[in-house]
Amino acid sequence: MAEVTGSPISNQQLFEHGMEEEEKHILGFWIFLASDLVLFACLFATYLLLRTHTDGGPTEAQLFDIPMFTLETFILLTSSFTCGLAVREMRNGHLGRLMGWLAVTILLGLAFVGIEVYEFITYSLEGATMQRSAFLSGFFTLVGTHGLHVSLGIVWMVSVGIQLIRDRIQPTTARKLFNAGLYWHFLDVVWVMIFTVVYLMGVMK
Amino acid sequence: MINQIVEYLRNADPLIQMSAVAAVLTLLGIIFALTYFKKWGWLWREWITTVDHKKIGIMYLICALLMLFRGGVDALLMRTQLAFPNMNFLDSQHYNEIFSTHGTIMILFVAMPLIFAMMNIAVPLQIGARDVAFPFLNAVSFWLFFFGALLFNLSFILGGSPDAGWVSYPPLAELSHSPGPGINYYVLSLQISGIGSIATGINFIVTILKMRAPGMTLMKMPLFCWSVLASCIVIIFAFPALTVALALLGMDRIFGTHFFTMLHGGNPMMYVNLFWVWGHPEVYIAILPVYGILSEVVSTFSRKRIFGYKSMVASLMLISVISYFVWVHHFFTMGAGPGVNSFFAVASMAVGIPTGVKVFNWLFTMFRGRIRLTLPMLWSLTFIPCFAVGGATGIMLASAPADYQFHNSYFVIAHFHQTLIGGAVFGLLAGMYYWWPKMFGFKLNETLGKWAFWFFNIGFYVCFMPQYALGFMGMTRRVYTYPAETGWGTLNFVSTIGAYLMGIGFLFIVVQILYSIRYGERDTTGDPWDGRTLEWSLPSPVPHYNFAQIPTVNERDAWWEMKQQRKEGILPPTKEPLKPIHMPNNSSLPFFMGLAFFVAGFGLVFNQFIIATVGLIGVVVCMLWRSLEKDTGHWISVDEIKQMEAS
Repeated sequence: MAEVTGSPISNQQLFEHGMEEEEKHILGFWIFLASDLVLFACLFATYLLLRTHTDGGPTEAQLFDIPMFTLETFILLTSSFTCGLAVREMRNGHLGRLMGWLAVTILLGLAFVGIEVYEFITYSLEGATMQRSAFLSGFFTLVGTHGLHVSLGIVWMVSVGIQLIRDRIQPTTARKLFNAGLYWHFLDVVWVMIFTVVYLMGVMK
Repeated sequence: MINQIVEYLRNADPLIQMSAVAAVLTLLGIIFALTYFKKWGWLWREWITTVDHKKIGIMYLICALLMLFRGGVDALLMRTQLAFPNMNFLDSQHYNEIFSTHGTIMILFVAMPLIFAMMNIAVPLQIGARDVAFPFLNAVSFWLFFFGALLFNLSFILGGSPDAGWVSYPPLAELSHSPGPGINYYVLSLQISGIGSIATGINFIVTILKMRAPGMTLMKMPLFCWSVLASCIVIIFAFPALTVALALLGMDRIFGTHFFTMLHGGNPMMYVNLFWVWGHPEVYIAILPVYGILSEVVSTFSRKRIFGYKSMVASLMLISVISYFVWVHHFFTMGAGPGVNSFFAVASMAVGIPTGVKVFNWLFTMFRGRIRLTLPMLWSLTFIPCFAVGGATGIMLASAPADYQFHNSYFVIAHFHQTLIGGAVFGLLAGMYYWWPKMFGFKLNETLGKWAFWFFNIGFYVCFMPQYALGFMGMTRRVYTYPAETGWGTLNFVSTIGAYLMGIGFLFIVVQILYSIRYGERDTTGDPWDGRTLEWSLPSPVPHYNFAQIPTVNERDAWWEMKQQRKEGILPPTKEPLKPIHMPNNSSLPFFMGLAFFVAGFGLVFNQFIIATVGLIGVVVCMLWRSLEKDTGHWISVDEIKQMEAS
């Protein structure tokens, strides 16, 4: 912080300035999530239009493996819960426990992405690539976009973790963890929609 | 990739080869001038790394005017080709590329940066804030726009321009029909600048909701800020649809998927829907801030409060909602059936109601006002009849059965140019003239401005009125030549004359700016128009922290009220002592983030995945760098503020 000559800046002033900044960031992040939701809505609309356009290739029912996507759902929902616990520990001021739950969340996120990559590779090896049919283009893009979001979320949480170790819990790091948590829950909501619209509707007769 | 480019340049039209040489020479000239005058450091410190919203606004304005030149030259080339039957000035491919780039540039690289320029320059000043909510993000938005525009303009030198219209409908835009890199340029440059637009939308919503001066409730906010809020809400909900449309088209072209192909189950109409889910709200994104500008200008130069403030706010918000329910009117002929077409026809016509409310409010504001015919006011006055005619022809198009006749005809061309030039361009020019003294500290010459005004206006009607008739006579869009027997020759020739008159009008604006830099009337008061809103309470140009003391607002038109109170001898309460001001630090990261996006985009255009990956890694590194950086800005001391205020 630059040296200030003349009247000194009180801690109160600094604190108020800090809080205003954090509030703006949180509102901005909510608005970003709203626009991201529109992005997913467009991808869902495209998928719903194309899901029957299999061009003689594999259909949803032939591809989707119930235990696998159930496991994915279970892992991601659990990670959202542990992420909530991390934010709760932040509010209580326990940095150690916070880092523990954050680590669990990151690991669960990695497991989710790992299973999804395995799923995609399996499908591709069966000949169900995204070039095969419009349905598969839609499937890989919708689910893949979610997966990409999850991967970015993991990178972000690692970055927030580093900052928490470096700077401890203070307004900036608290806001960053809070926003990362919002993002993570948002991805959970999107996944619940993917689970319903893509997987459950896919395996139903 | 290099072979591709060399091959392209060798086979290119002489016109393109000439412009390539001109572009390289201009670039060398700029580099030479900057080195010769030792301006690199100044450029870097004062402009490229700046996070000051006023400077970012000026950079948007400069880029927009440059792009207006490029888009205008495209227009003149097209009009020259169509001036006579059987012209051989341009070949069909070249013509396709020119109308595609003309449309894309005018909408995305002229209209959008112009509204962002006005937003950046005026919004924080009008609401009594020291900056936008996220100054760093604001700089990122600008550089994404800049590098998006750069990538797009590179296309006409390297590899070939997009040639499937500004809408790039598949399957015409698919690899099967358009194998060159042109459409890739289109997809990636729009994607990059689109991300910046979403960020700007978020930034200004938060700025307006969270940073208003004490006492300024939403219903005391200047109408321009309301219009920006409405426009930004539309941005937030419309641009993601463009992101998806472009991403899926890009996937089809680069990764071989089948979203919109004619084979393997693709459905081209889905692109058309996604595109217009963004595309129609987009025209409201461009026009809503103009409504705000007009409200400010009409009220200032009539010396009256705006008539019907509340109905103005309500109509802005209504338009921003209805704008989502009209997109199908761009393709009534899709075959969706009478139910769907009726819904969208009625919704399209309904937009006219709140717009009509605004027009009447402007007229009633002028009624019994003391009107001063300055340049901003002239452009606002000419906006009203022009936009009214554009609206009326819009209602004709919104009628689904009639649209089956007008679809893809020159009538459509005339209609949307009338709304976008007579609406967005006229209004934004009014805004530019209005805020110019605030930006630069001098007024633009009125005489030269009036020459520009008349050339542009007369040129406009001479150019576009014949096109309505040509539409009825059966001339369709995108034809590059026509036989004499059609009888379209005379009207086309008249239209071309009009286009050139508008070109002369633009030249007058350029001359006006150059002349006024030297001789323009200096603005020493900070309030050259006897303004009503808070930006006129500040000196011109505004110090980088805007307000030494954040004002307290009690009324609408806060600055006008303060002036009245002073005149009546009711002095405003004694000012509180100055406090240190917190300002954000400059940063070079936004520039490098834009550059990284540019590299990624350039790699993808030519299917060079190594270059693309390097660029994308650069983007992530920039984001992580910013996240881990401890940048808390800096404080300006009271002594420094006193020095700045005294000078």
